[in-house]
Amino acid sequence: MQVAPLTLVFVGFLFFPLLAIVVVSFWDYTAYTTVPTFVLTNYRDVLSSSVTYTTYVNTFKYAGFTWFFTLTIGFTVAYFLAFHVRTFIWQLVLFLICTVPFLTSNIIRMISWVPFLGRHGIFNSTLQAMGLISEPLEFLLFSDFAVVLAFVHLYTLFMAIPIFNSMMRIDRSLLAAAADCGASDGQVLRDVIIPLSKPGMAIGSIFVVTLVMGDFITVRLMSGGQSASVGLMMMNQIALLQYPAAAANAVILLIVTLLIVMAMVRIVDIRKEL
Amino acid sequence: MAKKVVPTGVLLPLDTQRIKLFDKIVPVFITGKLTPEAKVAQGTAPHTVEFVTGADSAQLAAEPTRWATLIPTIYNADTLGIRPDLVKRPIDTWAELLNAEFKGKASILNIPSIGIMDAAMVCESVGAITYTDKGKMTKDELDETMKVLTDAKKAGQFRAFWKTFDESVNLMASGEVIIQSMWSPAVTAVRAKGIPCYYTPLKEGYRAWAGGLGVAKHLTGLELDAAYEYINWYLSGWVGAFLNRQGYYSAVLDTAKQHMTEDEWGYWMEGRPAKGDIVDPFGTNIESAGAVRDGGSFYERMGRVTCWNSVMDENRYMIRKWNEFVAA
Repeated sequence: MQVAPLTLVFVGFLFFPLLAIVVVSFWDYTAYTTVPTFVLTNYRDVLSSSVTYTTYVNTFKYAGFTWFFTLTIGFTVAYFLAFHVRTFIWQLVLFLICTVPFLTSNIIRMISWVPFLGRHGIFNSTLQAMGLISEPLEFLLFSDFAVVLAFVHLYTLFMAIPIFNSMMRIDRSLLAAAADCGASDGQVLRDVIIPLSKPGMAIGSIFVVTLVMGDFITVRLMSGGQSASVGLMMMNQIALLQYPAAAANAVILLIVTLLIVMAMVRIVDIRKEL
Repeated sequence: MAKKVVPTGVLLPLDTQRIKLFDKIVPVFITGKLTPEAKVAQGTAPHTVEFVTGADSAQLAAEPTRWATLIPTIYNADTLGIRPDLVKRPIDTWAELLNAEFKGKASILNIPSIGIMDAAMVCESVGAITYTDKGKMTKDELDETMKVLTDAKKAGQFRAFWKTFDESVNLMASGEVIIQSMWSPAVTAVRAKGIPCYYTPLKEGYRAWAGGLGVAKHLTGLELDAAYEYINWYLSGWVGAFLNRQGYYSAVLDTAKQHMTEDEWGYWMEGRPAKGDIVDPFGTNIESAGAVRDGGSFYERMGRVTCWNSVMDENRYMIRKWNEFVAA
């Protein structure tokens, strides 16, 4: 009885929509009609097209870079908060400061990079005024660099919070014990803190990777529409009323993302965090 | 789009006898010819999708009939927009979009059905491809067109692709892009910011588009009467004047003229220098006395349309190729 409300919510808002997507992915379509039937052409089209593979490679690339940078930055921030800030009040204050960017919409946070990084943007004009460069740096905007930068900016907090959470649960006496046994700071970090923070890192990684895999708007805005991601490919199909094709793509993306998440959960047991 | 939607039978054929101003509609929509001696442009010309064969028909008619698919309301001739202050020389051909001089500073619109037409104008202009009909490209022609564009993309010709009106305005206004596919009111919007932008006429001619109002099949009785009344009001002038002042064109010119001042009409429609300030429908001053509309008069612009936006027979293949281009 206690789980009934949750179950109902899941059935109504997760299971049925997913089922609908799976069903539609087997339908056929023409330019302006969707035909309820059972065909495999949508999957055949997706799997036989070279675009699908290049797009997935591109999406993995974004996910990989974003994961690496959010993990590095998120870990560092969490480490600082957990072990270098001594008082709980200051930890809380600094932690809240980390969440300040989240008071604005993520679209605004993303778009504000555009005037900053543009050809005549603040960054380029500053460098030029300082005489460091003579020509504006073009790779800053509408490039893979810009896409990854925006992702890292948007999602680092999703990494920092779970890692911080894990670190706060580490028994401080373990650190003292390690130090007493002669471990250097580096050894404490490598052999005590990192292993015990792994569940947090795994949870953060799941957030970041699933968010990047499904993204379409960041890639579109920051690459100037010149790069593809799986989400963007689906958005294009939906715009052209090719719902069954988009549904087939969605099912495949769901499977791929679930496989990644399963692999992560295999490597790190996150249960003790929950 | 009408070409694909009409055969599905979801639209109600409209009785042209109930449209009071139907005989005043610009002949482009009826015969395909702006003036009796004009040549019909390539692509899905509006008159080819304007009529169906009967009151219950979903079959397009080759000749004008009493039954219309959509009542035309808005149309325009599109070309390339440039930043004259940054391009620094006149641009008079579509080929310039791929000129290495503008490497990293060009853009094309990423709406496949329209982008492909601009791409075709460019490819034909650089001499890479000669099309039988740009509105009915063969798979080979599509392959070649997308190859030219993909090569240019890989060489870094394009700064970005745009999908929405405001993106095209921002790209141009910020100077990220100095030559690109553009829509007329977007050029006006850039200029309204005080930034020079020119909608340059090109020697190969314009790419045109048109839209209209249709009625859903299930409408009857009072609802249908209301729909007819709305369409009649739409053509009666106020809306037409509004559209014309944005740089679009209205389907019925005479009634729109009655809602515009002589100076506005002269500036927007006749290509004459403005005598006073030109104000857009939202109240912003966009030009002052002496300004002349880019491309000139209605007849100079619409008379030089060489190609209409099209839905191709190979549409599905085209969209696949376009997606490959974006992913390349």
